[in-house]
Amino acid sequence: MGKVIVVTSGKGGVGKTTSTAALGAALARGGQHVVVVDFDVGLRNLDLVMGAERRVVFDLTNVVQGTVKLSQALLLDERLGTLYLLPASRTRGKEALTEDGVARVISELRDQFDWVICDSPAGIERGAILAMRFADEAVVVVNPEVSSVRDSSRILGLLDFKPLKAETGGRLDRHLLITRFDPARVACGEMLSVDDIREVLPVPLLGIIPESEDVLRASNLGAPITVCGRESAVSRAYVDAARRINGEWVEMTVPCENKSLLTKLLGRRAA
Amino acid sequence: MNHFIQTPTGSAPVARARLQSLLEYDRSLISHADLLSVLREEIFALVGRHAGIDANKVHFMVVRGSTTATLTVDIEIPFRVRPTGPVCV
Repeated sequence: MGKVIVVTSGKGGVGKTTSTAALGAALARGGQHVVVVDFDVGLRNLDLVMGAERRVVFDLTNVVQGTVKLSQALLLDERLGTLYLLPASRTRGKEALTEDGVARVISELRDQFDWVICDSPAGIERGAILAMRFADEAVVVVNPEVSSVRDSSRILGLLDFKPLKAETGGRLDRHLLITRFDPARVACGEMLSVDDIREVLPVPLLGIIPESEDVLRASNLGAPITVCGRESAVSRAYVDAARRINGEWVEMTVPCENKSLLTKLLGRRAA
Repeated sequence: MNHFIQTPTGSAPVARARLQSLLEYDRSLISHADLLSVLREEIFALVGRHAGIDANKVHFMVVRGSTTATLTVDIEIPFRVRPTGPVCV
């Protein structure tokens, strides 16, 4: 039976969707069966990041309401062969997703896949709570920035009692994924460091994803970064994070500054 | 020529300090709100077991002092007391 992971953050724009696609693809690259589920009803974007937007016919809401079978809504990523997408509805409101319906769909996905990765909407409202409701593990995505850290702290609080697993006496495995990390700015004291963030959010670290133009390039192309930019530092960081989710021990390296002599002499980045 | 000698005088330490005090405040507020909702549910259930009360006619108020808080509960109980039995809350 598969494991359900929610990728959440509270704040929007921190990289939940990018991370969902990248982690899903990285796990699938290892031959495991993975489904990424878009819970962002009304503002779906996971299909775009995965390059599947033109193939979407049915969505999560249709399956939850029982209008179509799960197999009719699942989209295969042919680049990998073991990665599937269950898109969100772009038109129907969040009210269309009932808790019982979501429970049934998640349990069906659990039976079919090794990993069910749920891309949560931003916020702490119903949609975000529903995305974490049936999770076994949570990946909290955070940027080294005050509002993101504060919102992640709030989300960690909700993860203590909102998921069914927590309600029934269990405890979710929670992981922290730091994204958009800029070592140069940390080095000159302009950005919160990994230690600063961990001090406030005391959760095991899953990975540190460096800030990179490669992320935008991947989303422009419609492919998870771990598929189209395999050699990039971002891709390697996501692959390491996926291996940690998989239970492997992988050494954690904090991305370091890679300054040229010129920028070193100038002492600052040509931003 | 301070371009050549870089000192860590960035804004990150300010961010760190602001976050720490902010989160301390957030957490105290949240635990307080959680306690109040638990008290509300349990008191409502307790009184409801003995009297048919209307959820709209139950008022909870907390006045916070510097070291303690005062909880005031105002429940309207109708004269026709409902016989005891399970009550949905």
